[in-house]
Amino acid sequence: MEIVKVEGLTFTYSGSDIPALSNIDLSIEDGEFVLLLGPSGCGKSTLCRCLNGLIPHFYAGKIDGRVIVAGMDVSKTPTYVLSQHVGMVFQNPENQLFSLTVENDVAFALENLGIPRDEIRRRVDFALKAVGIEDLSKRSPFELSGGQQQKVAIASILALMPRLMVLDEPTSSLDPVSAKSIIDTIFKIKKELGTTVIVAEHRVELLADKVDRVIVMQKGSIIMDGDPREIFASEEVMPYGVPVPKVVSMAKGVNKHLKVFNDVPLSPEEFERGIRGFVHDKVR
Amino acid sequence: MIRFDNVTYVYPTGVKALNGISVEIGRGELVALMGENGAGKTTFIKHLNGLLKPTTGSVYVNGKDTRTLSVAQLSRIVGIMFQNTDDMFFLPTVEEEVAFSLRNLGFSEEVVQRRVDWALKFMELEKYRKRSPFLLSGGEKKRLALAIILAWNPQVIAMDEPTVGQDNAQKEKLKEMIKQLNLQGRSVIISTHDVEFVAELRPRVILMSRGRIVADGRAEAILTDGELLSSCSILMPQVAATVSRLADLGFNTKVISVEDAIRSIVDGLRRLEHTRGA
Repeated sequence: MEIVKVEGLTFTYSGSDIPALSNIDLSIEDGEFVLLLGPSGCGKSTLCRCLNGLIPHFYAGKIDGRVIVAGMDVSKTPTYVLSQHVGMVFQNPENQLFSLTVENDVAFALENLGIPRDEIRRRVDFALKAVGIEDLSKRSPFELSGGQQQKVAIASILALMPRLMVLDEPTSSLDPVSAKSIIDTIFKIKKELGTTVIVAEHRVELLADKVDRVIVMQKGSIIMDGDPREIFASEEVMPYGVPVPKVVSMAKGVNKHLKVFNDVPLSPEEFERGIRGFVHDKVR
Repeated sequence: MIRFDNVTYVYPTGVKALNGISVEIGRGELVALMGENGAGKTTFIKHLNGLLKPTTGSVYVNGKDTRTLSVAQLSRIVGIMFQNTDDMFFLPTVEEEVAFSLRNLGFSEEVVQRRVDWALKFMELEKYRKRSPFLLSGGEKKRLALAIILAWNPQVIAMDEPTVGQDNAQKEKLKEMIKQLNLQGRSVIISTHDVEFVAELRPRVILMSRGRIVADGRAEAILTDGELLSSCSILMPQVAATVSRLADLGFNTKVISVEDAIRSIVDGLRRLEHTRGA
């Protein structure tokens, strides 16, 4: 089933002459894990904002085309209704947190929706556990590290049990270990709950072997859309400055000398398997 | 050029951010200061131009104790680019931003104009001279911050987390600029936890953890030491992480660049073929 359907979407921020998105057509299936790539200013954040209704409800501008999420026309649905189906995590978690304790922050949206108390308790516990921060529940969000804050932001979205999670550069301000932990958490949630995930992120090394699909944007348009292995292996991505995992470049380089890899590997584990397979078949 | 002599720094809150740091950085060196958030990297950098003075111990710049010099005097030798460059702009155009500090430093108007031209050209910002700094993209703002510092022609350039929030193309450009500045004989010190960026630059790496220096050496040695890195909450760059999995096959695992990794693996496989053939 289709959870996101975008048709002929063009959006121009008010005060700008150039459309931030031009004529986007996109269809995303329930349960897909999609990586959105492209240079700063290519329209990734704008597309994310169109999926959760921040555009057109909060950002002024000229919009054409249609965005349907979970069967609802975004432009005709109030954001408080949309927010029950689409959870959004921003680059800067601090902007999202405001309560005195972590668990209050995670419970906030649920309380607003009038969900019964014991159901709230259950969901908050579930969300804190899912991102691995049960021990922080009584702490103030503002005394946490950037990585912990980002996990609180994700937990507060998870508690809503949305069908779709949209994450706009969720690890941009994090150190590599925290970034890896966030990405692993998102992947685990996707696998266990079947949540559809759309993530805009530059750290391809952490995501290449986990996502089902890669969409490359450039100047407000989608220029490539497909299987991560095909996209990263393709020579076409080079001129667009798309980051390619190092293992892909290594495998291509090795193949020029010895035919080791049939498919490009997307992780160190896959690379190792390729080399050991070659050693087993051809060398010993 | 720069010498830290048993430096300890304690913030007024009581947090000990540097704890017995002794290190020397020479003229023309390229250094990456690595470590997790809170390791003391930014505090270290703030000691370079006297924004912070050691609680105990001393920092020497060109042989002079930073306690004896003002921040303005030190800034002519050490230019620092901080992480949040947005906060530093306040003038209506890009060229005025660059000219401002030069005028403050007392350069003649002719020199100011020449240096502004040079710095904007070097940072590829000429076409934006008349634009407001706030209309620049994130990568352009970083380059403007660097242009402002470059215009005074400091011998040492320090950058705090220059790659945060930068996309691939912007990082490529930044890497080229850092290499050029270094080739011109300047010492360049970057603080970062971006291991992939450091693996491509191949600098001297000073690894910090909890206010101390825990390792100091070539990038090839430090970034391939998985145990050391994980004790500092840093991941190995993907190239090293991949090749290290194949250590038992006799491959050279001290590699951090894609080219060296390819050579290591192809040589290793050929050697295995040869052994089997013989």
